[in-house]
Parts: sequence; structure tokens; C-alpha cells
Amino acid sequence: MILDEAWSLSPSVALRPEPFGALAYHFGNRRLTFLKRPEMAAVVRCLAEHPDVRTALVAAGVPESQHAAYADALAGLARTDMIRPRGSTRPEGMPRPDDAGAAR
Amino acid sequence: MTMTAERAAGRNRTGSLVEQFELGLAAPICLTWELTYACNLECAHCLSSSGRRDPRELTTEQCESVIDELQRMQVFYVNIGGGEPTIRADFWHLLEYAVAHQVGVKFSTNGVRLSPERARFLASPACGGYVDVQVSLDGATAEVNDHVRGPGSFDTALTALGNLAEAGFTDAKISVVCTRQNIGQLDEFAALADRFGATLRLTRLRPSGRGADVWDELHPLPEQQRVLYDWLMAHGEKVLTGDSFFHLAAFGEPLPGLNLCGAGRVVCLIDPVGDVYACPFAIHDSFLAGNLLTDGGFAQVWRTSELFTELRSPQTGGACTRCGFFDSCRGGCMAAKFFTGLPLDGPDPECVRGFGETALTGTRVIPTASQDHSKPKATRNQPVMLQLLDGPPTAPPVSACAESPLAGFRP
Ligand code: SF4
Ligand code: SF4
Repeated sequence: MILDEAWSLSPSVALRPEPFGALAYHFGNRRLTFLKRPEMAAVVRCLAEHPDVRTALVAAGVPESQHAAYADALAGLARTDMIRPRGSTRPEGMPRPDDAGAAR
Repeated sequence: MTMTAERAAGRNRTGSLVEQFELGLAAPICLTWELTYACNLECAHCLSSSGRRDPRELTTEQCESVIDELQRMQVFYVNIGGGEPTIRADFWHLLEYAVAHQVGVKFSTNGVRLSPERARFLASPACGGYVDVQVSLDGATAEVNDHVRGPGSFDTALTALGNLAEAGFTDAKISVVCTRQNIGQLDEFAALADRFGATLRLTRLRPSGRGADVWDELHPLPEQQRVLYDWLMAHGEKVLTGDSFFHLAAFGEPLPGLNLCGAGRVVCLIDPVGDVYACPFAIHDSFLAGNLLTDGGFAQVWRTSELFTELRSPQTGGACTRCGFFDSCRGGCMAAKFFTGLPLDGPDPECVRGFGETALTGTRVIPTASQDHSKPKATRNQPVMLQLLDGPPTAPPVSACAESPLAGFRP
């Protein structure tokens, strides 16, 4: 269960604060992901400072009733390498770049 | 970041992403930067009326400070275009400079400078996989392509794609402006992309720049829009389209891609002299937000310009709000309406329900261009749109000593 594991933001990812939360950009696979809630942005940002995901959720003020939903969302972010398990030695991925749905 | 916090306080945080986009972002996610108005070609439909270099063009140092600012704003990548950006002597330097400053680059080119050596550079670790190359091609055959892009331009583009593939540069983009003449070639374009290990990108012809002069002749016919829509529904997941075709959503399901007009909200253009416009297809005084040299930098213009503030405020959809497809089509493209002289709060000129065509037959005033960098005299690279000359010739009879190889030719 991801809630009990130690995770962190992927080293190739930068977060840009936005009014709705944050925009996460992965420099390796060039994916742009929108973190649509400020709480989600806060969680992702502080993952590395906490022993496990659950503690990070608590620190970001996410009520326990929403932990499962957040765990799902985080698993989604893990699939595109936005976040990764701490201590992971996964090589820098270079999947196919896309234009992230942006206009040009 | 105070700006961001302030705006966050004033908006509904749980709105959909499209609603959030409509209110604007802290920085653009789709920024185009045209480095020069100079171009070796004279495409008939050039969106920026390019040709001649503007003497006020940003210097290398000024370009570097723009990149520094983009890095500070966390603009993670920029679409570089022109004109033909690669004919700037400092182009390759700026490319490396951007990549070194965490600003990835996708640049659009007609291929003229993509020699085997440059292709190897682009595929090398110096570019670190942060560079995307987009080669423009508006026909899957020389005949159709050169018709609008000029003689020899098809061969130039294919040579460039070949050089990239040869050098091991993977996943270049083949960028096609969809026209009446090439809609029938969609499968051939896809085959070309396969042949070069490239990705196909299809975009909409907008009546911007010189495009305004040829839009009536080149824009796809209503039945071709349907062909395009069906083709995209069948092949869309392999094809990039950006925000080109959301006005086709009224045919049925929305297509993948950005389904809103992002002008001044998530989309923006920096032109070669540092003028900031709402969108690359809207180079006109009416959409000029400011200049990054004289108005305190790009961030300042993006965050505080009156024009952008207005574009981010709730818009009225006019007649379109009564349309059942308004949620996905949203009245279409602002630039397409503006440059055809249609009201901005009404239907798109290519509205698939036909309201645009009706509107086009009414009284309208086509806005005059605010800038034109076209070459004053045609060169040998100018496209000769022979097929488009219908009706009797207006030229005088050809004299016996006329040198043009096309003298006297009647399509
Ligand atoms: S004006 Fe047209 S091209 Fe520009 S952002 Fe809006 S929809 Fe896209
Ligand atoms: S009426 Fe307006 S919203 Fe409806 S399809 Fe036409 S352009 Fe789109």
C-alpha cells in the first residue's frame, strides 16, 4: 500500500505553482501534469520530507477520509514517473515525448 | 507569487481544468517565440507575413535575457519559430543556451539549414533530448506542397527529415497545415511520417498574416472538414493537433487536444522585436499586450497587461451560447473570426453547423494588417499558385522575348 511507503518527487520533475495547485513538468519524458488541488501540490512537494505517504498527507492537511483517493491519484502520478519510491535506482526514463496537449 | 495567491483567492478552486485555463495561468504553457521575420521562403499562407529581417530584431544578449526570464518563470519549453529561425546566425547558440537553462525547445523549420552535420548535433547529448524539431510540409507530394510553400520546398523538407533520421534523431514532427488541396493526402502524410520515424502534426489554416489573402482559396471545404474530423477520430491518438480542431467537436465527440482558445490565458507569442501578442495567429495591434523591452519584461506583460486581464475575464459567447455544442466548441478560434471580420463573440468562420458561412456572406470589414515583413519583390522562391487562377487571365499578352519559363502558361 503506497500510504505506508516512502516516496519523493522524481528528480527530473519541476513544480510550478498555479492558482489551482501546481503544474508538474517532467524534463525526461516531457509530460505536463496538472495537480488540480493546492493540497495535492503540497503533498507532492513534501513527500520527500516524510517517512511515508500517510505522514505527508497529514502534514498537508488532507483529512483521513480522503487518503485512499489521494493514494490513487499518487499512483497515477507514479505511472508517468512524476513521483518515485525513495531509494529507487530506476534509470532516467526517456519515453516518447508528446506535446502535452498544448496548443502548438 | 503574490499575484498567483491573489488570483487564487478570487477564483473557484475546484473548477474544471478548462475553467481554470480560461482564468489564466502564472505563466504560459504554450509559448511561441518567433526569433526572426527573415525567411528564405515566401509561403503564400505565412501566419506572420515573414520575409525580411526586422532591423529592431532582439540581439543575442536580449534573447539570452528572455531565456533567463523564462527559466525564472518556469516556462518549461518554448516553441521557436519565425520566419525561418535557423537562418539567424546565433540560432544554434540560443538553442544550447535555452536547453542549458531548463527551457526545452521545439523549433519549426522549413529544413533549409538541417544539414547532416546539424542533424547530428541535434541528436547529440548536447541537446540532451530537450530539443524537438518540427519540419513544415503542406503537401505529401511536391506538387501540392510547392503550390503554397514555393518551388523546391518539398525537396528541402524531405532532405532535412532524411538527415534527421540518418543522424538517429528520433521522433521529429512533420507539421502540416490542412488545406483544401491536401486534405485528400492524410494517409500519405501518415505514411511519410512512418517512413522517417516521425510524428504527424496537423494544424488548422488560420486567416492570419498572408493567410488572410489566400484563406478563401485554401481553407478546407465544409465536406472536407468532415473528412478531417473522421480521419482524426480514427487516427487521432498518433497525431498531434494542439488546439487546432476543437471547433470540429460539434460533429460529435470532442477530439483529443486542448479544447479551448488559450489566447492570452495559456497561449502567447513573443515576436522578433519583443512584442508580446495573445497568440501566434493574432499578430495585430488589437492583440498586442506590450513589449518585453519597454514594458518591464515578459513576466510583467504576461501578468499585468490590460489585454490579457481582459482575455482572462469571463467572455460572452454571443449567438453561440444558444448552440448545443458550445461546451466543446466554445465558438471556435478568436483569430479566425477576427481576421475574417466576424464578431469575436459569434460563430467561427468554419463553424461546422454552417453559421460561419452565413456570417461570411453578410457585411463585414476585414481588418487591415498591422505589420508586413513580406519581401517587397517576389524572388524565385515565391510560390506560383497557378491552379488558383480561375477566370480569364488579367495579364497582358506575353511578348516574344519574355524570359519567364512560365510566360504564357495558362492553367
Ligand atoms: S486565437 Fe485561435 S489559434 Fe489563437 S489560441 Fe485561440 S483558438 Fe488557438
Ligand atoms: S454555433 Fe458556435 S458553438 Fe455552435 S458549432 Fe458553431 S461556432 Fe461552435
